[in-house]
Amino acid sequence: MTLTLIDLLKIGFVLMLPLQTVPVLVWMERKLSAFIQCRVGPERAAIFGFRAFGLFHPLADAIKLLFKEDLMPARAEKFVYTLAPLLVLVPPMLGMAVLPFANQYGDTPMVAARLPIGILWLMSVLSIGVYGLAFGGWASTNKYALLGGLRSSAQMISYELCLGLTLIALIMMSGTIDPVDIVRGQAERGWNVFGGGHWYFLPSGIVALFLLYTAGLAENNRLPFDLPECESELVAGYHTEYSSMKFSMFFMGEYVAMITMSSLITTMLLGGWHFPWITDPAATSFVGGVLIPFTVFFTKVMIILTISMWVRWTLPRFKYNQLMNLGWKVLVPIALVNLAVIGVLGVVFKG
Amino acid sequence: MTKKYISWYLPAILKGMWMTLKKMFIRRFTLRYPEERHVPRKGYRGEHRLKKDEQGRMKCVACFMCQTACPAECISITAGPSPWPDRDKIPVTFDLDLLKCIYCGMCEEACPCDAIELTPTYNIIATSRQEKVYDINKLLSR
Repeated sequence: MTLTLIDLLKIGFVLMLPLQTVPVLVWMERKLSAFIQCRVGPERAAIFGFRAFGLFHPLADAIKLLFKEDLMPARAEKFVYTLAPLLVLVPPMLGMAVLPFANQYGDTPMVAARLPIGILWLMSVLSIGVYGLAFGGWASTNKYALLGGLRSSAQMISYELCLGLTLIALIMMSGTIDPVDIVRGQAERGWNVFGGGHWYFLPSGIVALFLLYTAGLAENNRLPFDLPECESELVAGYHTEYSSMKFSMFFMGEYVAMITMSSLITTMLLGGWHFPWITDPAATSFVGGVLIPFTVFFTKVMIILTISMWVRWTLPRFKYNQLMNLGWKVLVPIALVNLAVIGVLGVVFKG
Repeated sequence: MTKKYISWYLPAILKGMWMTLKKMFIRRFTLRYPEERHVPRKGYRGEHRLKKDEQGRMKCVACFMCQTACPAECISITAGPSPWPDRDKIPVTFDLDLLKCIYCGMCEEACPCDAIELTPTYNIIATSRQEKVYDINKLLSR
């Protein structure tokens, strides 16, 4: 099997896109938070007097983090301590591999790894991420880090349930578990958020969007669900003892997980690369089948990410009991009811 | 018990997001410091100075009122005989430790000759502790 340019493009999507989007996201987050708080945000870092609205700040941060001293607590479990940041950064990127980022070129679907069980693979690799946080908290031999790790494992397991139930509902709506087929089905019939072309699924689709989005925020430990790293109670949670590039990997892992979760929401609910009148599902050329669909997909992902940031700088943090109550007593029952409604309506109307 | 915690969050969240959206487009409050400077209001209490009269002589008569009034005890004066006939004493040394000073303005209020004053200068820079102790020449030259 020879490696073609298209294969390289797919690899580039999985490897480079999440990592290269992270600095831009950090910059966006800082700017957006500044605007919400009536500040101007980062704008000073300059190359040859060229400031570019502070776009060089992430670059300066990266250089600073690379050259910082890599400290390790004296009594830390060395292997687990080193493994933890890797377990946070790598699984979300593995998850990206099964998501179609564009339509097709010739008859090759634009997905890095076409798995017939794609959504299952994504769920399983995303749940590896919780080990990273728990290991990081445990191996640091710091009680705050340990508490953060424990909180993160409890939180992510609780919300994974809601995420999984919602995904099952959407899989039932689509009738397939292959992400490529899910997006193609949405391109043919209509987006899943609007019921996948069936009017009787319309309320379920909108409920599923809210469920998936909320569970996604909690899965990524984003505000208002960032209890594992709440600085007022736990210093910085599971990454208290990390410095230099190891800390940076935790930080990047959080953003990559955000990108993966937004891509998942886009794929499952918002039609992936499809947008009516812009993309042509039958196109096979490079521009029509790859470039335009990719732009549509990326725009959708960026919109979801921007809304996540906006939510972050609007809402205060949940209390832990509120978090657990919301997860177990509100979201999981709604997800179960949604699942049942989709099942019943599907049997009644489709036969 | 449970009913207390289960509330319908969504309207409040949307209200909050509408508020932050509005905040994104109002005036920025940041002063870009080296280019834009903050202009202190009238009566701002910053760096001290000793005033001179119309003939260019220092107004201070070494009465120790400011040193007595100072709650932080940052002023230390040594008095000497005056060369001019209209007063008995002038300060020989007048040391003011800005690191001890709390910028309360009590010295300015206590002074009977209107000799010491707090200027609106707020960016007081020094590279050592010694530079922060102003002597009489530095105070007079402000």
